[in-house]
Amino acid sequence: MHGILTIYRKEMEDHFSSMRFLLIAALVVMIGVIIASMVGMSMQEELWGVAKPTFVFLMLFTSTGKLFSFIQFIGLLGPMIGIILGFDAINRERSGRTLSKLVSQPIYRDAIINAKFLAGVTMIAIVMVSLVLIISGLGIRLIGVVPGAEEIWRLVIYLVISILYISFWLGAAILFSVVFRSTATSALASLAVWIGLSFFVGLGGGFLADAISPIKQTADMAEATSAFVKNAEIQRAASLFSPMTLYGDATSTILDPLRKTPRSFVLMGPLERFSLSRFQNPLPLGQSVVIVAPFLISLIAITLVCFGICYAVFMRQEIRST
Amino acid sequence: MEREIVIRMEELTKLYGQQKAVDSLSLSVAEGEVFGFLGPNGAGKTTTMLMLLGLTEPTSGTVRVCGFDPARDPLKVKKIIGYLPENVGFYEDMDARQNLRYIARLNDIPDRVSAARIDKLLEEVDLAKEAGKKVGSYSKGMRQRLGIAEVLIKEPRVVFLDEPTIGLDPDGTNRMLELIRSLSRERRMTIFFSSHLLDQVQQISDRIGIMIKGKLVAAGPLAELAQRGLGLEEGESYTLEEIYMKYFKEA
Repeated sequence: MHGILTIYRKEMEDHFSSMRFLLIAALVVMIGVIIASMVGMSMQEELWGVAKPTFVFLMLFTSTGKLFSFIQFIGLLGPMIGIILGFDAINRERSGRTLSKLVSQPIYRDAIINAKFLAGVTMIAIVMVSLVLIISGLGIRLIGVVPGAEEIWRLVIYLVISILYISFWLGAAILFSVVFRSTATSALASLAVWIGLSFFVGLGGGFLADAISPIKQTADMAEATSAFVKNAEIQRAASLFSPMTLYGDATSTILDPLRKTPRSFVLMGPLERFSLSRFQNPLPLGQSVVIVAPFLISLIAITLVCFGICYAVFMRQEIRST
Repeated sequence: MEREIVIRMEELTKLYGQQKAVDSLSLSVAEGEVFGFLGPNGAGKTTTMLMLLGLTEPTSGTVRVCGFDPARDPLKVKKIIGYLPENVGFYEDMDARQNLRYIARLNDIPDRVSAARIDKLLEEVDLAKEAGKKVGSYSKGMRQRLGIAEVLIKEPRVVFLDEPTIGLDPDGTNRMLELIRSLSRERRMTIFFSSHLLDQVQQISDRIGIMIKGKLVAAGPLAELAQRGLGLEEGESYTLEEIYMKYFKEA
């Protein structure tokens, strides 16, 4: 245990004194202020003279304002934070020739990885909590609504999901820093996987679905419908391989009590939307959590897979100083 | 009195693909001995050391350090050994004291114990004046001496030094050799060091092993190697270089 604590302490000191932390802090302030003012101001306009809907405070995080919402933004750029914090965790020690010294001390090798991961997770938690606090603070000023108890709980769960999501990317980046000896290579590999999993999985899922169950233009309504449903199902299953989809679905469910499924796969027209609004009572917190749980477990599972590979590679790796 | 054997290797072999880096090496080193491991670059000296430290696994054969198997009981071995890798690195933006304290903490030495030890060691390796400077600004010689201090902070029983004098100027080399000698004389540590610089090995070792292309071609005290290798009698003059070249040509 002392090994983990010692390395954790040193890693935290390194993080706080590094240029990287300044960059991330600047990024956090920038994102927080931009999103809070963009979303806050557009909500101010929309809500002018209208009775405040329930859970209006959470809309600070889910409504898109002019460009994008906070959860979309974190879904897209959160991985960057994880990658920045982890891409050179191990190979920096290797190129600094401190790794062989480190592994010849009486500590388990996994303590090195664990401590670096935990330090990264702490940083991620600091970043996410301060982002949410900045947006909440500015949001309260702009829309003049204070969050209720349930909203705070939902935000806390959202924070947990976000930290897990970014931690997955941290784990992946640390894995690459074990596998690749050069920091530039591991950074590029992390970015490639990020782009691949975030953007191309959805695309590939579409191709896969079209190949397996093409949407037919037939007169037979039943057949066409079943093909369409199957197509959508395949696409959906494939998209679950993307951590970004997992994250997006989980967070939008937890932050928007009016959503009852992670994703409606058929786009609704105005008429259907109208008829549906009769059922639009907010989902209780417990039910939202139940919907989100599988996504959470998947996120944890893929992070553990990363770690498993990391251990397997690192434990038996020969470490030379040159 | 028979001294305790602290390093024992039997039929130790390491393969990298088809290539034999270390070829059935058998060797033991007794407590308090200074063993000089000699050989050209790429002879397998570092690989042997890595196997002794448990940093790489042998393909076959057995290794014991103070009775422990480094591959199976790595922590027990790492508690009692100190290792100075070739071209050791440091955390450049920390000063000497911080680097030493970090290593001490990793060895579970409380700060109040290590503080006194660090001051004493810095004095010993002649870095007390520069202790507050960032290691990034250190010269090669200073780094190497700081490396020795890092090895000693945990007060090991066995010390492994990989090419401790490589890249040092004559003055730095002499200081390093003096330091190594004092470790064995004053602290009774067992020292296992590798080098390809013959006169240095000759100066400080009790016993010498010559390794060429993964094979240990000779091991023993210098006088014995001279007798066997060159067929010289006692009292005749010889240098290690002559002996080494003889073995090198045979191999």
